[in-house]
Amino acid sequence: MMMKITVCIGSSCHLKGSREVVEGLQKLIADNGLKDKIELAGTFCLGQCQTGVNVLVGDERYSVTPETVTSFFEKDVLPKLG
Amino acid sequence: MRKFDTKVQHLKYKVLRAVAKHAWKGDLLEKVTDIPKEIIPGGTPTMRCCIYKERAILSERVKIAMGGDKSNPNVIEVIDIACDECPASGYQVSDACRGCLAHRCEDVCPKDAITFDSQHKAHIDKSKCINCGRCAQACQYSAIINRKRPCENACKIKAISMAETGEAKIDNNKCISCGACVYQCPFGAISDKSFILNVIDMINKSEDNSKYKVYAVVAPSIASNFTYAKLGQVITGIEKLGFFHAVEAALGADMVAYAESKELAEKGFLTSSCCPAFVDYVHKSFPKMVQHVSHNLSPAATIAKYIKETDPKCKIVFIGPCTAKKMEFQLEHARPYIDSVITFEELQALFDSRDIDITTLEEGVLDNASYYGRIFARSGGLSDAVAQGLKEHGINDFELKAVPCDGIEQCRTALLKAQAGKPDGNFIEGMACVGGCIGGAGCLTHEAKNKADVDKYGRQAMEKTITDAISVYNIGKDN
Repeated sequence: MMMKITVCIGSSCHLKGSREVVEGLQKLIADNGLKDKIELAGTFCLGQCQTGVNVLVGDERYSVTPETVTSFFEKDVLPKLG
Repeated sequence: MRKFDTKVQHLKYKVLRAVAKHAWKGDLLEKVTDIPKEIIPGGTPTMRCCIYKERAILSERVKIAMGGDKSNPNVIEVIDIACDECPASGYQVSDACRGCLAHRCEDVCPKDAITFDSQHKAHIDKSKCINCGRCAQACQYSAIINRKRPCENACKIKAISMAETGEAKIDNNKCISCGACVYQCPFGAISDKSFILNVIDMINKSEDNSKYKVYAVVAPSIASNFTYAKLGQVITGIEKLGFFHAVEAALGADMVAYAESKELAEKGFLTSSCCPAFVDYVHKSFPKMVQHVSHNLSPAATIAKYIKETDPKCKIVFIGPCTAKKMEFQLEHARPYIDSVITFEELQALFDSRDIDITTLEEGVLDNASYYGRIFARSGGLSDAVAQGLKEHGINDFELKAVPCDGIEQCRTALLKAQAGKPDGNFIEGMACVGGCIGGAGCLTHEAKNKADVDKYGRQAMEKTITDAISVYNIGKDN
């Protein structure tokens, strides 16, 4: 089953670095050889602008920054892949 | 604080505001016939011969604010009874003629149309006159005037003429819905149909964005509108109206610039496809040139398409300066993506219909696009963005020779030359409004400093390159 990670690219999250988060995730997915396991997508606004950059793993929301993207990936993404 | 350029705009706004107010309240059908009286309660007429005529015209304005004549496919409509049937006699000698000896007017007339009476005053023989205007230029007393109707004068593509009964008539086979006549008619007798009721209905039925989300796609010319408040306050105001989220149309412009620069290098010659009035002009008046129009959707449709990919159930409203967008969104290629269109004038009316004073709101944020996407709003911006696009693609073996056309007259010249096989360059940037989108009929104001506002807004963008701005667009496409 494909895992879907959705990154908010609305204005507020964009200003907080959603592009860097996306680029970080793209790199991590590629480096870990997970292109066929994880689908990355964008969305405009998840309605939680204060806690941006907002990222959904499936339906679960996480707050990620360009600095925390690697630890987020290791802690909250990789274990879910089983 | 003056929000509009003219009193005609202000009147139109009052009607839109009243219609919207009742629509939000849910009593529009009941109250619709009362609106003219609400706006003109009684007393002395201020605009026309009597308050009854004023109210009759207002009823027509109310109809247009509610969507206008459904049997007329054009989004630009003449209000017959509001048309003052201005004199349209062309060049005429006025009382200022001194009966001089020089007769320069006679000398320059190529048709021998000028004669002199016993007082030596000039007369123009209308059966000979071709309205070339040379006599008016030659007269040292400026005694020869051109009595051309403002609407006909505004319509540089000659889609407006006089009906047999005297009022203005629009030829739908020529009209490109640019709205120049709407902005220029001093009597407000030509208006763009409004879709505010569709938008209000869309917002209401979304049940606070729970059934589906309503996105606003905001044109970059917003930078020169609502200047009495901060841009971030306008965005908060849009969300307060019930929109879920606002996205920059300029991000769509970045995407277009990126794709269009590549398309240009491949094809070698191209016209832009951003301006719906320009594209309509090519279709209606230069059908042979249609093949050269860029295959890209307009920036608004491009970003709307992208938003719909992320959220297929959502509704999208374009908010901008443009009356021609009201035509574009109904065309087959844009219809699946853009659900409705309103102008900045109409947005102001919507704010005030809900008593939203944007100057008191907190500042929201609007930042999706790059400098290059944002400067699409002014003439020359698209050409600059395409040049940047070529650079970012690393295309070095193609030399861009852009022909930025500022207004439909320049578009016409460029298209005529290109059609004759002698184009001035290899990329025609066609913008129907003078100044570009910031000159659009649906803008609140049209001032000289508007271009500077757009450039400043462009420089404030966080992303400095097109590639960076559109990298989000490629999420999931290349990973």
